[in-house]
Amino acid sequence: MTIVAQAILNGIMTGMLIAIPALGLTAIFAVLRYVNFAIGAYATVGAFAAWYVNTRFGLGVFPSALVAFVAGGAVGLIAEQTALARLRPSGALAVAIASIAVNLILENVIRFIFGNDLQGFDLPIARDWRFAGLRFGPQQLQTAAIAIAIMAAVFLFLRFARFGKAMRAVADNPDLGRLFGMDPARIAMITVVLGAGLAGVGGVLLGLDTAIDPMTGSRLLLSIFAAAVLGGLGSIPGAVLGAVMIGIGEELAVLVLPATYRSAVGFATILLILSLRPAGILGERNT
Amino acid sequence: MLSYLIFTLTLGGIYALLALSLNLIWGGVGMVNLGLAGFFAVGAYASALVAIAGVPLPLAMLLACLIGAAAGILATFATIRLRGDYLAIVTLGFAEVVRMVALNERWLTRGSDGISGIPAPFRAELGVDGFNLFYLALVSVIVLAVFLTMRRLDLSPFGRVLKAIREDQELATFAGKSVTRFKMQTFALSAGIAGLAGALYGHFQTYISPDHFQPLITIYIFLAVTAGGVGRPVGALVGAYLVVFFLEATRFLGEIFTVLEPGQVAAIREILVGLALLCVLHLRPQGILPERIAPAPKPETSP
Repeated sequence: MTIVAQAILNGIMTGMLIAIPALGLTAIFAVLRYVNFAIGAYATVGAFAAWYVNTRFGLGVFPSALVAFVAGGAVGLIAEQTALARLRPSGALAVAIASIAVNLILENVIRFIFGNDLQGFDLPIARDWRFAGLRFGPQQLQTAAIAIAIMAAVFLFLRFARFGKAMRAVADNPDLGRLFGMDPARIAMITVVLGAGLAGVGGVLLGLDTAIDPMTGSRLLLSIFAAAVLGGLGSIPGAVLGAVMIGIGEELAVLVLPATYRSAVGFATILLILSLRPAGILGERNT
Repeated sequence: MLSYLIFTLTLGGIYALLALSLNLIWGGVGMVNLGLAGFFAVGAYASALVAIAGVPLPLAMLLACLIGAAAGILATFATIRLRGDYLAIVTLGFAEVVRMVALNERWLTRGSDGISGIPAPFRAELGVDGFNLFYLALVSVIVLAVFLTMRRLDLSPFGRVLKAIREDQELATFAGKSVTRFKMQTFALSAGIAGLAGALYGHFQTYISPDHFQPLITIYIFLAVTAGGVGRPVGALVGAYLVVFFLEATRFLGEIFTVLEPGQVAAIREILVGLALLCVLHLRPQGILPERIAPAPKPETSP
């Protein structure tokens, strides 16, 4: 019983971390209507940027995560402007394929600079806390708290800030948005910065308790997609809900399956949800 | 040098089969298969395992083809009605799961050690050089046969229905075509060809392991098909050989830039592949050999 409870607890913790890049993916999809496979590389870029300032300059978790957001957002914006935006008239599939190329390029730029080795963060090692028979890692709690703070910030931004509202309006109906004096192209770029930045933060939060390497982001891709698809591609609260469910599902699955099958849970979920309810749990649109 | 050329051409033929497979589904009905490497692996493992168990090679390859097709149906039957990018995610996940199974189910696949001693046809009788030449001929004949079938298919009523589906799915439905059935058949056929390519690869290398079926192969084939021209079998063929020569040429980068470490050279090669794909998509999306009847322009997408 405790094992199951522990697994569910760990699943919620990991799920909240997966939620961050899943939010990025789903936000980009909501506004730009394409699936961005480069989200994995944006996460890796963020993780490496944070690792660099953490190990070189001794920055703590919070400022490092901020650096990751900026690095991910900047790289995402550059990639969008140079490689992706101009392909949009050729359809969502062309952009998606180009984003795979972007993913490959970024991943290998990192590999070229930092090598293939695993890199660990420079963080104080703390003993786990115990409560009611369950283990809590202080690091885990800190990253989960950061994740919750980021999610809250994203919700507030979309709900109340002018840009956030404009983003939702353009996602719903670009023509109507244009009619009300919004500039869809500019809003698309802001969405990309936000989405890629979130992916960057997600990369560092997920990399903190393990080590990172150039493939870190790509390995997470399936879980991120699964979270976004489960919640409903394009739905912001859906991405969070989906991510937590995927996190719990993965942790429970490794109780009975070899741990290496972890990301197969994501695939099974995608297959199941797409055949039963393609719009996802919280998605409104029919595809 | 000659044996190196023979090796490259054989590999080119195997990539050409994969490119024809992708072209059928992408150029045909406009769906992308990001799990090509997975179907390639399924075919390679299936044929290798049954051949080691004693099944004659032609039968083993046929079986690989069928199992590839079955895997194609299994992976997509639930999702084939959905938008193309959903299918892309599903197929990407499929390839990952195949790799996971190949790594973990040691009783079947011997995990990361891989399977060695895969029977190679007439290798004992012909010697190494003779075998390589024979195998090149075998692969080339099969490529030619598949290519001619694809071209025939392209011009047949079946092929016309596929293009109609690609251009306007609803219109095709109105015309009384069962879109789902056509898509499913095409995907199965496409996955079957990828399975056959895998079988040919396994019996050529005589050794396979999960490392041989990296997702990177799928990207190579995408580069081949886009460079050659989506929707035209001859384009896929030309593109595949070009990509293999491009890959082999970049192998010598390390000898020119000796200051770089091997890992860095590998990284540069992959960056070049990515850049090449982006360049084609931006500068010549119709490829070297564009489709004779150009696809209808896409409606303006917003924003």
